[in-house]
Amino acid sequence: MSEVPAELRYTKSHEWVREEDDGTITVGITDHAQGLLGDLVFVELPEVGADMAVDDACCVIESVKAASDVYMPISGEIVEVNELLNDEPEIINSSPFDDGWIFKVQPSAEQELDNLMDADAYQSEIED
Amino acid sequence: MPFVPHTEDEIKQMLATIGASSIDDLFDEIPVHLRVDGLPGVPEGMTEMDITRLMTQRAAKDANAVCFIGAGAYEHHIPAAVWQITTRGEYYSAYTPYQAEASQGTLQLIYEYQSMMTALTAMDVSNASMYDGASALAEAVLMAVRGNRKSKSRKILMPNTVHPNYRRTTRAIVEGQHIELVEVGYDLVSGTAPLSAYQALAGDDVTAVVMQQPNFFGNMEDVDAITDWAHANGILVIAVANPLTLAVLKPPGEWGETGVDIACGDGQPLGAPLSSGGPYYGYLCGTQALVRQMPGRIVGGTVDLDGRPGFTLTLQAREQHIRRSKATSNICTNQGLVVTASTIHMAIVGPEGLEKTAAACHANTRSLVAQLCEIDGVQRAHTAPYFHEAVLQLGAPASQVLPALLAKGILGGYDLSEDYPELGHAILVCATEMRSEDEIKHYVNALTEVMSSASANTKIAGTV
Amino acid sequence: MLIFEHSTPGRRGAPQSPRKRADLSDLPAGQLRKQRAALPEVSEMQAVRHYTRLSQKNFSIDTHFYPLGSCTMKYNPRACNSLAMLPGFLSRHPLTPEAQSQGFLACMHELQDMLCEATGMAGFSLAPMAGAQGEFAGVAMIGAYHKAKGDDARKEILVPDAAHGTNPATATMCGFTVREIPTLDNGDVDIEALQKAVGPQTAGLMLTNPSTLGVFERQIETIAKIIHKAGGLLYYDGANLNAILGKIRPGDMGFDVIHSNLHKTFSTPHGGGGPGSGAVGVSERLKPFLPLPMVKKTDERYSWLSEKDSPQSIGRLSAFMGNAGVLLRAYIYMRLLGREGMKRVAEFATLNANYMAAEARRRGFQLAIPERRSSHEFIITLKKEARDLHVTAMDFAKRLLDLGYHAPTTYFPLLVPECLLIEPTETEAKEALDGFMDALQQIREEAKANPELVTGAPHTLPVKRLDDVRAARQLDLCWKRKT
Repeated sequence: MSEVPAELRYTKSHEWVREEDDGTITVGITDHAQGLLGDLVFVELPEVGADMAVDDACCVIESVKAASDVYMPISGEIVEVNELLNDEPEIINSSPFDDGWIFKVQPSAEQELDNLMDADAYQSEIED
Repeated sequence: MPFVPHTEDEIKQMLATIGASSIDDLFDEIPVHLRVDGLPGVPEGMTEMDITRLMTQRAAKDANAVCFIGAGAYEHHIPAAVWQITTRGEYYSAYTPYQAEASQGTLQLIYEYQSMMTALTAMDVSNASMYDGASALAEAVLMAVRGNRKSKSRKILMPNTVHPNYRRTTRAIVEGQHIELVEVGYDLVSGTAPLSAYQALAGDDVTAVVMQQPNFFGNMEDVDAITDWAHANGILVIAVANPLTLAVLKPPGEWGETGVDIACGDGQPLGAPLSSGGPYYGYLCGTQALVRQMPGRIVGGTVDLDGRPGFTLTLQAREQHIRRSKATSNICTNQGLVVTASTIHMAIVGPEGLEKTAAACHANTRSLVAQLCEIDGVQRAHTAPYFHEAVLQLGAPASQVLPALLAKGILGGYDLSEDYPELGHAILVCATEMRSEDEIKHYVNALTEVMSSASANTKIAGTV
Repeated sequence: MLIFEHSTPGRRGAPQSPRKRADLSDLPAGQLRKQRAALPEVSEMQAVRHYTRLSQKNFSIDTHFYPLGSCTMKYNPRACNSLAMLPGFLSRHPLTPEAQSQGFLACMHELQDMLCEATGMAGFSLAPMAGAQGEFAGVAMIGAYHKAKGDDARKEILVPDAAHGTNPATATMCGFTVREIPTLDNGDVDIEALQKAVGPQTAGLMLTNPSTLGVFERQIETIAKIIHKAGGLLYYDGANLNAILGKIRPGDMGFDVIHSNLHKTFSTPHGGGGPGSGAVGVSERLKPFLPLPMVKKTDERYSWLSEKDSPQSIGRLSAFMGNAGVLLRAYIYMRLLGREGMKRVAEFATLNANYMAAEARRRGFQLAIPERRSSHEFIITLKKEARDLHVTAMDFAKRLLDLGYHAPTTYFPLLVPECLLIEPTETEAKEALDGFMDALQQIREEAKANPELVTGAPHTLPVKRLDDVRAARQLDLCWKRKT
């Protein structure tokens, strides 16, 4: 069973989203997604300052035998990336929701958050 | 004459197991009206004895003249051991090392190849090879476009001192991806593409520049200045180089202050026979920063369950079988067998041997050029220093001179008039370490005769 | 031990380089190499021994049954190699004038013709240097064809979801977007989905037939009609041509472009991963776009077709003549087979595959598409074994190595879980096929009695299972002299 924290929101493509107090949005991939990919070996982080639209492929996560795009859950500017992943991509395997966060976005259209799933909806999505 | 071992009895048993009454039944899912009854246009099968006779006759027709052509493919000595070992069945008839444990021979050999190429080019990483030098340049351009994330123009400056067929190939391969290849002209006197020619075309945003060293004419480009200028302007640098020349010349990894970003070229001079144009292989090396933008296979060292060292294909997530439409390239093969030969060749000849070979090529070409230039109406076309290959201008059209030389058993050079009409009656010549003093002398005498009869003809024509 | 670790400074292979050290004083000092490249310094015998020993760590067709699905690992006759390496061919410079190249050019011209005949196409170019480059040429020609007609809207290439990864990768390289078409459980393309997908944006469809699932696409005529009616072209991925050689021709099925992997069907060596050759053939309407160079025959003289003769060509794909030596090997092989031999290739490749499939079923293995005839290859799914015995297709593959068989293709096609894609080829005798099936059965018994034997395999090879994760995380891509 994969962990699905109740306080986060989710996309169909297995990103999670956390709203921070400073108005930014933190993004990562779910426990379920890291489990499917297996041991991660590389994360190609987005560029800080890049403006992206919702659903844009912004980042690539690689395991030995698979590679997966990470899609923007919300439109906005990338304001910070998790540089630790450059050297230790496996943090995503061990701590997908905390230390394994991938990037932060300053959203440009916050209403897009309403399109995301809550934990229950995501839970039933991955059970299908 | 198919290579099928089945006896009549076995066929019967096998069909019985399947539950089919004839082999034809096995094709019953194919619509009958689409099937053909044999291939009448294909000749009847031959025995090995017959085909041996035919091929021996055909090969004899192509028996060669003494070769003074280079232009991207060079006749060098290859130790007998190289292809004897390479064509061992264990190398010859193996496939891509997907089952690493059953392919440690090929995998370790490729790792050694990668190590040799990085040593020769002074670059950080090498892949397991591309198809040939020309297609390697095309892939280098695509790699640079992916790698230079700051540049948005997809504009590549490519001097026309790069091999014309490399430029054609690159154009054909990158055309579909909206990449602009801007042709940089060269200085007619020196025969090189100066920094100023690049600068004049640069505009605001260039993704990468290409340089061939020595260039197609054999002339030495100002690689340090151009590399430094490019890097100061956020432009990636792609070097094209004959890897044998790197035993003597400054390697691309040391051009300018920081070295180039990508080096590529044709590995043919390192152990592949001329062989009518292939198979050769393209080498492709890059900086560590670009390793994930590399196309093709890469072998890495690792350990097994017991901690013993071993080798495996790595960084496969870049490749087509995983990334499909988002792969760095559609390439899946490398030129494995030729790389095998090349690795063995480099090991046997060694660093000093390669250096002596490259130097001997240069010395022979110098001797040839000096002697030919003493003939009336023959001169070197350019003033820049050259290495291993040079352009000569003749007092008569190459289309007349070269066939006359061929009649005397000499492949006298490559006619440049089609690709470079501005050079007039010009040919590209090269004398590798294989050319003896006698052969060079023979060429000099032959050209002397051809030129004097050409000038006699011209005089006669002039008096009429 | 690496060749570098055998190296001793100052050791050299004196007989293999020129006697004299030449003078380089005419070159600008700043352009010379300062430090000799760190290449190994070994004797000739050390090198010979090292690389001979390395070769012994490989599985190969010459040493093992190698039923790698979709790769057609058939016997590579030795004559093809020795005759292609006759001095006249081997020492011929690629820029030698045509007058001195008639022997070579005659072979190439006849090879073009034989490929046309075997595939039912109107023209062939031998330029592409591998299957993927043949695909590139084919899709680029589809693009050039639409462009020449002034039709710029056709930006989409359709690809079945079961296709080789090169198909979508190629379409992208040529500037197309890719749309996947689903495959039905019986292995045929989902015609309804295809109908919905085609339109004025459709440039073409890339199809392997028989498909990567090892079955013949029965709806091929309907598919061809749908694509052609929509204004698109039909591309044949020749990866599986071995299954139909001499029985049915892609041209007769309605295909407009095909590439043929000469290293599969026509037995040029796989060489540890290349060189391949991906000759590309077309129907009449695409002939002007074929890549160069090609060989033409006028009266009894052979010559090169140049850019001037073929202004609409998609251009060159290599500096010279593709993998010329590989083409010679394919030519020799085709002449050895002849017309009757070609037909027997497909017949016996298919007989072997169907026999193995029947044996697999008899021994209780589950076939991926049991209701269909196999083509030249078939798929076993080890779903049940994975669930009940906790051994995966990968474990089976690794244990097969211990038992002296190269593993089949694993985990491809992606649509079938825990799969082995098995292609015996026509050159294997019945006893090799039986031996392989015995081995599979033995492994299943081992998995019940002693699963570690299987999950820990291989045990008898130079190395055990390798740490792929470490290889990718701690990149070690070349040897560095220890300082």
